[in-house]
Amino acid sequence: MATLATSPVTTTTPQRTAIRVSRIERVTPSLFILPAVLVVLFISIFPLLLSLFLSLSRLRFGAGGLQVQFVGLDNYRKLLLGSEQKVLFGTLGSPSVVGWALLALVVLGLVWWIAKGFRARRVPIGRILSSVLLAGLSWLVIATLFADEGRPGTLVVTMLYVFVGIALQYLIGLGLALLCAQQLPGRRFFRVVFLLPMMITPVGVGYLFRMLADTNKGPLMPLWTALGLQDFSWANNAWGARIAVMIGDLWQWTPFMFIVLLAALEGQEVEPVEAAIVDGANSWQIFRHITLPAILPVSATLILIRIIEAFKIIDLPNILTNGGPGTATETLTLYAYRIWRALDIGGSAAIAYILLFLVTFIAMFYVRTLRSRLSVT
Amino acid sequence: MIRSLFRSPSPFRPSPFRMLISYLILGFWAFFILFPLYWLFITSFKLPAAVNNGPFYIPFVDFQPSLHAWDYILNEVGNDTRRMFVNTVGVALISATLALLIGASAAYALTRFQFRPKVGTVLVFIGCVAFAVVVTVLGAPWQISVAAALALFILSLLTIARRFQRALNNNDIAFWLISQRIMPPVAVVIPIYIVFQQLRLLDTWAALIITYVATNLPIVVWLMRDYFTSVPYELEESAQIDGASRLRIFTQIVLPLAKPGLVATFLFVLVFCWNEYLLALFLTNANAQTMPQVVVAQNATRGPQWWYLSVLVLIMIVPVIGMAIALERYIARGLLVGAVKG
Repeated sequence: MATLATSPVTTTTPQRTAIRVSRIERVTPSLFILPAVLVVLFISIFPLLLSLFLSLSRLRFGAGGLQVQFVGLDNYRKLLLGSEQKVLFGTLGSPSVVGWALLALVVLGLVWWIAKGFRARRVPIGRILSSVLLAGLSWLVIATLFADEGRPGTLVVTMLYVFVGIALQYLIGLGLALLCAQQLPGRRFFRVVFLLPMMITPVGVGYLFRMLADTNKGPLMPLWTALGLQDFSWANNAWGARIAVMIGDLWQWTPFMFIVLLAALEGQEVEPVEAAIVDGANSWQIFRHITLPAILPVSATLILIRIIEAFKIIDLPNILTNGGPGTATETLTLYAYRIWRALDIGGSAAIAYILLFLVTFIAMFYVRTLRSRLSVT
Repeated sequence: MIRSLFRSPSPFRPSPFRMLISYLILGFWAFFILFPLYWLFITSFKLPAAVNNGPFYIPFVDFQPSLHAWDYILNEVGNDTRRMFVNTVGVALISATLALLIGASAAYALTRFQFRPKVGTVLVFIGCVAFAVVVTVLGAPWQISVAAALALFILSLLTIARRFQRALNNNDIAFWLISQRIMPPVAVVIPIYIVFQQLRLLDTWAALIITYVATNLPIVVWLMRDYFTSVPYELEESAQIDGASRLRIFTQIVLPLAKPGLVATFLFVLVFCWNEYLLALFLTNANAQTMPQVVVAQNATRGPQWWYLSVLVLIMIVPVIGMAIALERYIARGLLVGAVKG
């Protein structure tokens, strides 16, 4: 399925071998990439299409076995407009002053961005469409988080985990990597220790944090008592539970950021840094103008991989809080899993497709923006 | 005297004051990482009473350690544990190796050749697969619908597909690959189950290995792409002039040069396969079960059996930690290669 424009083969060998080589050269690129494409196709395309079909139908487990009934967009309608809307989007309130200010900022930024697009090209259709979607998402976040009667739904909770979580993990991982990149005695110890949480199975991390977060029998019990919070149950408080999930996520995934960034830092060329020191630059200047540009490409790939993975977060909230209290800590994947277990296979597939749409949009937006800025990916 | 604390002995060594601050921060984070693990460790030696009656911190002082949980996991149900441990090790090692081989060659192709798949070809392909799925769902045997779709595909490839001249490029292929990781496993687990049921591969290593290779390939391709970009192209050119084939250049020049990156990527993929839970839950039931399922199974009707759980998690991480320590020097040197050029 891939044809290629072969680069001319430079050769000094006689004519006959040159032809033979170039013929082999012509198919070699496909041979290199085909195994990967075929394996991914084999396992992905059928499930993708079948679950699209499932998301458009209703499954019943009756006396005569499994019955599949085609219902069109009914599952999506239920999620986006119908009875499940409150779970997915949450309760929208009227934003507070801070909320309005934030919203104004977002809209101004988007308008400026579109205007810039108009100057560069004729009609930036892509930018206008993305802006509408981004403005909608921002409105959703602001009307549920920065409003008096607002209550975030699973969509907003997932985005909260993803964006706040990844920002924190990246900053902490970068900070630790910068510290470990110094010539400190004993840094190998820290390097191995910081890697450990990544090695533990996510379900194991869920149970581990459930043990730790127990306010009666957990190790932090004296701390809670000292703070006068012994009767406070984080599990019954929406923000308490969300923060518990985020701490668990931070614990588990900061190592991934840390190790990749550390390697990037150690791979930096030494000469520019030396030259800067000789010229009398301080550490902040060195970081800002030499180190940061050097690690940006790796950071871009790293953050993209983490965004995609983090949107699928399920094990930690499932085991730690079971999505509760209510649906306060429920993520999109966990939501899909919950109604899947309730045998609403079609609805579950519809949620997965909404997630697929959202994440594909965010990932494409991210890659496009970066490609023009950094010329990476 | 005091100023010397803030002055570093050489430009590349931090001053004593900065070292102190660094150690404080690193120490704090190490404590944050290690304390949960310490708790896991001591819980594995606690009797149920020692867990249920409130927090006890230090063995022999606060509580009397006992080997009951270790004895139960390693002796009483030892046969099951051993079988699942072997499954986990085998499946993870084979999957990670295969994913690395296939993914690395794809990543190499994406950095060295220009691919131009035609939009028409792609659309026709998707259409034919959709056709096969619909026909199968409507009741035709899957063998027949696959054959029909294949014929349709070749036919339209020769006719309709030629009308679309727009082509995609390498970046699109790479993005398509990574986008395969977006779909949450919950949504695809039933279709994958059906596929392996039809192939009669349920509850075998093969099912798990194929699935893990496919799900981890995108990550391998994306990470390895960075490393291959930084391998100097001049070396390959001179080898090409000397008459070496692409395969030989790849296996004997490029792969050895990218070895550190390969090792690091291998470790990541190994960890992902090692710890995967949901897909394994559906694709296996007895023979090929892996460790994460046993961990979850300890959440029994009487509530979570914390002591058994702790033992199992500890057993699971020890081999990976061993590998991490052994491979750590490569990781540090390895991931950097990609950073230089991105």
